[in-house]
Amino acid sequence: MSEWKKVCALEEIPRLGSRVVQTGKGDVAVFRSGSDEVFALRDQCPHKGGPLSQGIVFDRKVTCPLHGLTVQLDSGEAVAPDKGCTHRYRARVDKGEVYLNLS
Amino acid sequence: MTVTKKTRLVVIGNGMAGIRTLEELLKLAPDLYDITVFGAEPYGNYNRILLSPVLAGEMTIKDIMLNDVDWYAQNGITLHLNKKVTQIDRMRRKVVAADGSEADYDRLLLATGSNPFMLPVPGKSLPGVVSYRDIKDTGEMIEAASRYRHAVVIGGGLLGLEAANGLKLRGMDVTVVHLMPWLMERQLDRTAAGLLQQSLEAKGLKFLLEKQTAELIAGESGRVCAIKLKPALSNAEGDGETLPADLVVMAVGIRPNTGLAEAAGLHCDRGVVVNDTLQTYDPRIYAVGECVSHRGISYGLVAPLFEQAKVCANHLAQLGISRYTGSVTSTKLKVTGIDLFSAGDFTGGEGVEEIVLSDPAAGVYKKLVVKDDKIVGSVLYGDTADGSWYFQLLRDGQNIRESRDRLMSGQSHLGNSGHQGQSNAASMPDDMEVCGCNGVCKGTIVKAIKEKGLFTLNDVRKHTKASASCGSCTGLVEQILASTIGGAYQPADVSRKPVCSCTDYTHEEIRKAIIERKLKSIPEAMSFFEWRNVNGCASCRPALNYYLLCAWPHDYQDDPQSRFINERAHANIQKDGTYSVVPRIYGGITTPAQLKRIAEVAEKYAVPTVKVTGGQRIDLLGVKKEDLPKVWADLDMPSGFAYGKSTRTVKTCVGSEWCRFGVQDSTNMGIVLEKALDRMWAPHKVKLAVSGCPRNCAEATIKDVGIVGVDSGWEIYVAGNGGIKAEVSLFLVKVKSAEEVMEYASAFIQLYREEARYLDRTVHWVQRVGMDYVKKRIVEDAAGRKVLYERLKDALRDEKDPWQERVRGMETREYAPIKFHSLNAH
Ligand code: SRM
Ligand SMILES: Cc1cc2nc3c(=O)[nH]c(=O)nc-3n(C[C@H](O)[C@H](O)[C@H](O)COP(=O)(O)OP(=O)(O)OC[C@H]3O[C@@H](n4cnc5c(N)ncnc54)[C@H](O)[C@@H]3O)c2cc1C
Ligand code: SF4
Ligand code: FES
Repeated sequence: MSEWKKVCALEEIPRLGSRVVQTGKGDVAVFRSGSDEVFALRDQCPHKGGPLSQGIVFDRKVTCPLHGLTVQLDSGEAVAPDKGCTHRYRARVDKGEVYLNLS
Repeated sequence: MTVTKKTRLVVIGNGMAGIRTLEELLKLAPDLYDITVFGAEPYGNYNRILLSPVLAGEMTIKDIMLNDVDWYAQNGITLHLNKKVTQIDRMRRKVVAADGSEADYDRLLLATGSNPFMLPVPGKSLPGVVSYRDIKDTGEMIEAASRYRHAVVIGGGLLGLEAANGLKLRGMDVTVVHLMPWLMERQLDRTAAGLLQQSLEAKGLKFLLEKQTAELIAGESGRVCAIKLKPALSNAEGDGETLPADLVVMAVGIRPNTGLAEAAGLHCDRGVVVNDTLQTYDPRIYAVGECVSHRGISYGLVAPLFEQAKVCANHLAQLGISRYTGSVTSTKLKVTGIDLFSAGDFTGGEGVEEIVLSDPAAGVYKKLVVKDDKIVGSVLYGDTADGSWYFQLLRDGQNIRESRDRLMSGQSHLGNSGHQGQSNAASMPDDMEVCGCNGVCKGTIVKAIKEKGLFTLNDVRKHTKASASCGSCTGLVEQILASTIGGAYQPADVSRKPVCSCTDYTHEEIRKAIIERKLKSIPEAMSFFEWRNVNGCASCRPALNYYLLCAWPHDYQDDPQSRFINERAHANIQKDGTYSVVPRIYGGITTPAQLKRIAEVAEKYAVPTVKVTGGQRIDLLGVKKEDLPKVWADLDMPSGFAYGKSTRTVKTCVGSEWCRFGVQDSTNMGIVLEKALDRMWAPHKVKLAVSGCPRNCAEATIKDVGIVGVDSGWEIYVAGNGGIKAEVSLFLVKVKSAEEVMEYASAFIQLYREEARYLDRTVHWVQRVGMDYVKKRIVEDAAGRKVLYERLKDALRDEKDPWQERVRGMETREYAPIKFHSLNAH
């Protein structure tokens, strides 16, 4: 089931910030980059499950608030030399609205 | 398609300095050059300093490769191995190698290292006589050790001793012949050298001091078989002794390898002469490493060469913003089980004092050489735990007058927590935990340093997480680094510390420019300083946000996205993603009504844990983020800022109001201070305490600002710390009235706010600038003090309570999750 759902207006996510979306599959963090791209990751750090949505966003990366691991927003992979990967979901912007696809 | 031809860079010398320069260059300008490297050796770039553990049988050649051949290919570098460059044609701008191959250059980098010096004695070219410089020499020594018995090492310096130790471990009978009266005379004084010699003798090495080589004698096979010494220097008559020698290692010094440069007409003077940008007299030609002479000095250790590499890369990348001004070096002998550290100058002389601790029975000797209240040299034997600390004090030229009486007992012995009180890495077994936060053992750290070719504390933190959290084990990790890679380890330069890897500018430079250039936003500051990454990173953005806020308290628009989550949400994040709420309880004084309200809120929101904190207030732990604004509304108490780089608590004792010993009203003094300093952001958290008498029940002497009541007034102490590394505060001044307490304490805090680096606690800042400076600004300069006090009052005049603002609707989306199931499909 490939289903895109409208989440919110792009303006509702702070630039270089994120919003938490509560879903049946657990929390998903939807990030907005400095150049208004959006990315969605499962809101759990590969290290010890910290909420990535609460981290500092820069470039296409977010730094986990608990112990500082940095995760690549476009792949969910930890930035080397750290290891680990968090699940990535599809997200896109269309006419100023953010859409998320959990399938 | 048009192909623009890239600028061509040719590197001569595939060693540690040259390739480090390329690594730095590729970080700064990956696409600027077409790069070609010539190396006379048949290998990729390897860690030369680890040839010693290879010889000792502790590592293999494979372990010490820094950049294998694939690395060059991946970075598009043309690599000519086994090709010695024999000519530089500066007119045609090309280099020619022995086999006739050529390469044209626009820029040339010379990194030819040095040549071992061979004593001009008869027999110096016999088979079995080697130097100790590269893989080939090491291989020959290992080979000889498997076939022959007697080895003689000429030269009792660092290299000679490491060679002798390795050969001994491989089963040879080793004698070290040394010209001078004691070993390592350039790094050690006589006493330390004596201790070293004893321990090496205990390992089975033999020494002949004050002996000179007369000749090397060939045996029947044509290989060296003996060494003949000159008669002792003091009596020139008669014959010197002869020792059997199937292997002779010459380790009597190195000479910068300048032959090629000289032949090309480049100005050399015991090294290729370069300026502060590592440029030679030919502006197209740069030089780095041991072959260089900079301000008259040629370095023979890796740490300074890496500093040169960094600066040279910056200029090759055409950024042109850094200069190399020379290095102070330190030495560590890499012989397992021997702990030896030496730095700077310890030869004595006019106006020089020595502080010495000598305990030969315990095998410990420490000497600090002090001139004009500054450390100029140090020799440590047996206990080198504080080597990096002394070295840092030395390099930064810190004034040690205040701390002098504590210097010898060392930094690492004072109240460091989290690693079982260990302060000596050498004596720790491999499976002992070094980092208590991340559970990293010594063996893991050593392995990572060797296998991954790590050189800096930061590298080790990145790869192993050791000391990356609370940092209390930093000293131990530094020791492990130093003993694994020898003098190649250099503590980070604290006097010039770039904010993070996004920029080369220091905290101080940035703070200054923010004010002078009237930079008023993070993007403005980043563009002014040409930040390398568009949005910076999680280290620099919070720092910039604070610097801007401190510089422009009323104009700057705070950037929540550049704040760590705790400060963005105004609550402390917990390991499970919930938050804690700590309301302000000024001076620790509460009321029944307040306690009831806290209790009701705790029940209403089913708060799992209610705890009395170490800061005399109450912590509600486990609150869901979306409930935070409601909890704050119901509490109706000010934020305690327990989450911020900000005023935390002002602890008090009961004081003269009740206590039979109390001589001052400490409780009220604390409340007044806490109210005045409420809502204040700072480089790090700021904690105060006020005690009503010298019994000091509020523990005022381990606080950023501690006030102790005495009969005639108040004593003010500053720069204490009770956390990771306990530091007792230093006496600032004694005053009479509560108003004066307010003025002095505020002025001190404002100076800290304006001048410290982000994430410095007061203790770190004061240790750097010195208590003399603080006293000059706060105690001696009355007018300046008043100005600072006024500036702090002005900065805080319209700060609002963040909880109440959010209760009223500010930043609501920060706390509101979006519910996916209630969204419509599209
Ligand atoms: C709650 C409390 C422990 C308690 O249950 O009593 C506490 C809890 C935390 N401390 Fe603390 N510290 C608490 C008193 C202290 C004290 C004692 C004091 O203030 O008198 C110290 C030593 C004094 C000092 O700071 O010099 C202390 C030294 C630290 C340190 C080490 C600071 C240092 O510079 O060495 C950290 C780590 C840091 O800040 O980087 C830290 C960090 C933390 C953090 C914020 C860890 C974190 O980043 O999440 C904990 C937050 C828990 C929470 O959500 O509330 N806490 N912490 C205390 C809160 C006091 C308050 O009312 O605000
Ligand atoms: C056994 C040993 C132990 C050491 N221990 C320590 C220690 O504990 N701490 C420390 O800080 N330092 C130590 N050093 C010193 C350190 O290794 C050197 O300072 C460092 O390697 C110098 O770097 P460089 O790039 O200048 O020279 P090198 O690393 O020597 O590189 C120069 C390279 O250029 C090549 N070359 C020369 N001429 C030409 C040419 N014409 N054409 C092509 N290639 C050429 C050479 O073959 C060589 O590979 C040790 C050295 C040795 C040998
Ligand atoms: S409250 Fe302080 S001491 Fe306790 S675990 Fe947290 S940081 Fe460590
Ligand atoms: S949970 Fe993210 S870094 Fe530890």
